[in-house]
Amino acid sequence: MNELALLIAASLNAGTVLALAGLGLLINERAGVLNLGAEGLMLVAAIAGFATCVHTGNDWLAFGAGALAGGLLAALFGWLVIWLNTNQYATGLALSLFGGGFSAFAGLRYTQEKLPPRPSFNGFGLGDIPFIGPAFLKHHPMVYLTVALVIGLTWFFYRSRGGLVLRAVGESPESAHALGYPVRRIRLLAVVVGGALCGVAGAYLSVIYTPLWVEGMTAGKGWIALALTTFATWRPVRVLLGAYLFGGVTMLQFFLQGRGVEIASQWLTMLPYLSTIVVLVLISRNPTFIRVNMPASLGKAFFPGR
Amino acid sequence: MFKLEPRPSPSQAMSLASPLIALAVTVVIGTALFALLGKNPVAGLSMFFWEPIKNAYGWGELSIKAVPLVLIALGLAVCFRGNLWNIGAEGQFVAGALAAGWVAMQAGPATPRAIVAVILLAGVLGGMVWAGIVALLRDRFNANEILVSLMLVYVAEMLLSYLVYGPWKDPAGYNFPQTITFDAVTKIPKLFATGRANLGVLIALGATALAWVFLFRTYKGFALQVGGLAPAAARYAGFSSRTALWTALLVSGGMAGLAGALEAAGPLGQLTPYVPAGYGFAAIIVAFVGRLHPVGIVFSAVLMSMFYIGGELAQSRLGLPKAMTGVFQGLLLFTLLACDTLIHYRVRWAARTPAGAAA
Repeated sequence: MNELALLIAASLNAGTVLALAGLGLLINERAGVLNLGAEGLMLVAAIAGFATCVHTGNDWLAFGAGALAGGLLAALFGWLVIWLNTNQYATGLALSLFGGGFSAFAGLRYTQEKLPPRPSFNGFGLGDIPFIGPAFLKHHPMVYLTVALVIGLTWFFYRSRGGLVLRAVGESPESAHALGYPVRRIRLLAVVVGGALCGVAGAYLSVIYTPLWVEGMTAGKGWIALALTTFATWRPVRVLLGAYLFGGVTMLQFFLQGRGVEIASQWLTMLPYLSTIVVLVLISRNPTFIRVNMPASLGKAFFPGR
Repeated sequence: MFKLEPRPSPSQAMSLASPLIALAVTVVIGTALFALLGKNPVAGLSMFFWEPIKNAYGWGELSIKAVPLVLIALGLAVCFRGNLWNIGAEGQFVAGALAAGWVAMQAGPATPRAIVAVILLAGVLGGMVWAGIVALLRDRFNANEILVSLMLVYVAEMLLSYLVYGPWKDPAGYNFPQTITFDAVTKIPKLFATGRANLGVLIALGATALAWVFLFRTYKGFALQVGGLAPAAARYAGFSSRTALWTALLVSGGMAGLAGALEAAGPLGQLTPYVPAGYGFAAIIVAFVGRLHPVGIVFSAVLMSMFYIGGELAQSRLGLPKAMTGVFQGLLLFTLLACDTLIHYRVRWAARTPAGAAA
């Protein structure tokens, strides 16, 4: 029972990284932009956040640095794909490759650094409740903020005018343009906000979740987050649930090893990647289902006046 | 204010100039980076652009890096031209190295030299199987090939790690995660008495010619590219998108696997967790910088190899981090994509016209 509580806690913690990145990518994709650079964004933000935390000792400044790094890189990406109409796939890949190299370069002197003692949380004074306390209540505030973000985004997408415009831009940029909305600016804004969220995810990874800096430490989390938006059929709540599920799969290996299960660690490390493939296969089996749910202009360039 | 104006037709000249402009911009940024790090930019740049090519030894080292890049990038060019985004060449490279390594481990001193051919073939098959999974899942279940191929990179790396830490570990290897050193008969033959250049160079050049013929002189290659450029037109012409999918992925997987085999039985001579050296990802850049054209790919692979060797030299001689290589590679692709805009658009300096003025 106690172990289960720890597994749930670890899943929520790991899932928060995926959820933040997944929600950021969801905002991008709802506006019609596919950002394959998430992995690179997260890595650069991870080192930016980590370095900030080493020097200031403040988690929130670290998140801010991560968001700033992610937002800036995303702005560069956005400028390339939205204004210069470069291929979204290739540009995203470039961002991933550049981010991997740049973060390794920038992070060299931080590989041996340690963060100040990590804060612990007493669970709003309710942390002593058996099971519920350790499983759900003793998390970093960012875990709860992520849940709040999901609620906020759901409201934004489906109950606000801004969300309607954003979705319109993603579904049919031509119509949105005809109605007088500045399609490219809206897309850029969505890309920057989404990139900033990916950045917060990267900073959470290096500052709270791990917490240390290792080259290439995202280990595919950016890509899994990309897959998540598809699994979630582009809905915020499902992104969150999917993220927790994948967080659980990631954590399962430590849980099983703790149980003394005799299996080479490599098979367990494979699990999140294999499950991503399996879930992707299950959800994609029906092409109509995907097409109905996917923002119609996803990945397609829009050039006003043509 | 600058304004982008669509060209009536894509500029052929810009298509060739764009990689050169991108390289120039990367060099300028690199120079600034060296200066920023307090190093002499000239010394830094010479590590990247002169030291690797100043003698025969250097060219041999370049070839060791360029061969896998050429092979993988050729396969990727076929994929990308067919609008299929196989970005998991790194995994197919590892799968090829695993298959080739398994064959190489069976060899003893009495094994005939022809084993090298079997090793290379095993590598090709290994890479094809790994890419075949991607093709199968895309074909049967419509699963996105970008994500599946990338996820399989991690799976291949874990498989390699499991094997070299477990069943394939050298019993006499002091518990290091590595296989036995392959017998000398498995070694890819060298081309010259000095330097490390090996048969791989000829294979890569042969593959370049074959890729050119396939893309520009065969029906299948043509059909594949039409499918990539205009899926509707391809359907109307009766070109099968499924054939294109399988062809592109098996070709690129096979090429990456071949590169893995050449690496395992060439410079490495055994399997370790460090088989995946990033060639599969760097080859994506090579393919784009080479304009997805076989001849261009050879040049861009040599350039990219200079980045690798320059990074190593800058580390050992100037004390600069090796990670600079990755920064330069990423920058090059970024600037290239930005410059590619000039193929389809021209930049016009347009003064702001007052509102209401005739356009």
